[in-house]
Amino acid sequence: MEKNAVIIDLKNISVSFDGQQILKDLNLYIRDGEFITLLGPSGCGKTTTLRIIAGFLEPDSGEVVFEGKTMNGVPAHKRQVNTIFQRYALFPHLNVFENIAFGLRQQKKSKDEIRKTVEEMLALVNLKGFEKRNIASLSGGQQQRVAIARALAVKPRVLLLDEPLGALDLKLRKDMQAELKNIQQRLGITFIYVTHDQEEALSMSDTIVVMDSGEIQQIGSPTDIYNEPKNAFVADFIGESNILDGIMHADFSVEFQGMKFRCVDKGFGKDEPVDVVVRPEDVDIVAPEAGMLRGTVTSVTFKGVHYEIIVDIDGFKWMIQTTDYSAVGDKIGICIKPEEIQVMHKSVYSGLYGDYSSFSEEFDELSDPIPTAESDEAAEE
Amino acid sequence: MNKSSLRSKLLNAPYILWSVLFILAPMLMVVYYAFTNRDGEFTWENITALSAYGATFGRSVWYALLATLICLLLSYPLAYIMARSKASQQRTLMMLIMLPMWMNFLIRTYSWMAILSNTGIINTVIQAIGLPPAQMINTPGAVILGMVYNFLPYMVLPIYSVMSKLEYSLVEAAQDLGCNAFAVLKRIIFPLSLPGVISGITMVFVPSVSTFYISQKLGGGKFLLVGDSIEMQFQSAYNYNLGASLSLVLMLMIVICMLVMNRFADSEEGAILV
Repeated sequence: MEKNAVIIDLKNISVSFDGQQILKDLNLYIRDGEFITLLGPSGCGKTTTLRIIAGFLEPDSGEVVFEGKTMNGVPAHKRQVNTIFQRYALFPHLNVFENIAFGLRQQKKSKDEIRKTVEEMLALVNLKGFEKRNIASLSGGQQQRVAIARALAVKPRVLLLDEPLGALDLKLRKDMQAELKNIQQRLGITFIYVTHDQEEALSMSDTIVVMDSGEIQQIGSPTDIYNEPKNAFVADFIGESNILDGIMHADFSVEFQGMKFRCVDKGFGKDEPVDVVVRPEDVDIVAPEAGMLRGTVTSVTFKGVHYEIIVDIDGFKWMIQTTDYSAVGDKIGICIKPEEIQVMHKSVYSGLYGDYSSFSEEFDELSDPIPTAESDEAAEE
Repeated sequence: MNKSSLRSKLLNAPYILWSVLFILAPMLMVVYYAFTNRDGEFTWENITALSAYGATFGRSVWYALLATLICLLLSYPLAYIMARSKASQQRTLMMLIMLPMWMNFLIRTYSWMAILSNTGIINTVIQAIGLPPAQMINTPGAVILGMVYNFLPYMVLPIYSVMSKLEYSLVEAAQDLGCNAFAVLKRIIFPLSLPGVISGITMVFVPSVSTFYISQKLGGGKFLLVGDSIEMQFQSAYNYNLGASLSLVLMLMIVICMLVMNRFADSEEGAILV
């Protein structure tokens, strides 16, 4: 099959459990060989989407198409997709070799072929010599590798990964991210990756699908998603952002905080109310008299690479990331280049994400959706 | 000796005392009686006298094996269904299985007499519709039925307990790797539920092989099991020595059975691991 042909097509998929709608008329196509990430907070329907592709769940309505053939009603064991489960789901009564050989034995492959494939897979995930090891004796990272080897051993066309790195610590997670990406590129198979971790999504994916409340918010490359978020939800979920109320007076001219700015966006209605996003790292600090806007620094946090500064400008608290030091109480001016201003249509998410007035690290972590498996299951089962 | 080990010894003392008084001492007495005569002198007599009981032992083991097998065949699907049903249904099913155990063992067995006897409920119904009465009470079938009925919960519960802990994602992983329902059962559910099956087998086989009450009431004393013989020696023949030697052999048989079962469990796991 030629590269970039559509391998999976989800058409008008809707699912609800106990009267709660999990997916609302979802449409998504996935290209062959692509690394695509479904990104969103827990309960957004990303795992449900994955389970529908895997065949563990039948949608209430809509069609699942795999290489032009409808897959509705085809059970999981007859689909050419394999899953890496959130907590690996390795078989505890089998050793590493038998776990990896599991699918091959089901396919009644010859002994030699099984041995050869398992060896290849162990080499692929850097676990040579682990054949006889008991699953319980492996570390989390090693179990993760066995799970990858087990799924890849049966040579799937598409690999589904359900928050595969969620249980690993930060350092290991970074290593595994690079390794997964590497494996995907080497084997050239399609990866559909589910995560709530925006950084993971940005660094690994060819395409990111941002989801919330059972709906796709935006589909695009990582740079598109980051630089040109479609609505306040995407802007808030991916990275840090200052989201302001604005008015689009004309093409290339937007007003916010009582000032008119030049921008690069067009095609809005005259004087249309809009949401404006400015990323913290895109704001330049200048002398007060030289600034387009002026304000007072209310908090400074040293982050290593940069300072994170909160500036109060007419009651709206901006977050700015800069390498230049300012002290709390300093009066500063800010400049924003036209191309750093992203203008978005108003959406249901407008006004939900305020400024950084209640901002603190802890608060941010607390309000983040905590990705426990339980809450995900509760929300999506 | 440090303080904490002294304290732990003191805490252990009551349990050790209990074990010695009520477990070890009676066992030693059984051994003592088995190798002495009425006058307390050492003898092999009681052991040699056992040769007359070969058929009794054989019958006991055979009936117990049948009862265990039937229990297993009934319990396994039941435990599976229970473990897979909703939490509220699981509680109801569990309740239904436990319910008979709230009643006294003797009363339960008497009830079966009333159901199976020649003038019992079943025969009354059969005759009412014009069929000849069936002989059910005082047959081996009735005894095995009694064993199955009384000991079924001991098979269901351990299997259910293992199955309810089985992570469903393992089933999905197996399906994902190409297993249909039968292959999932054979390659995942059965091997993982084996520990429950083995403890269920032990918990049904042991009371079945040593029971005397069920065979007396539902078998009408027509065929003796080891338990009956032991009871007879103690209760009516007052030959404690022969009773003790019978008990000793039964105990040894049970220990051997359990060792075999455990070995089976180990080697099963080992075979898969190697």
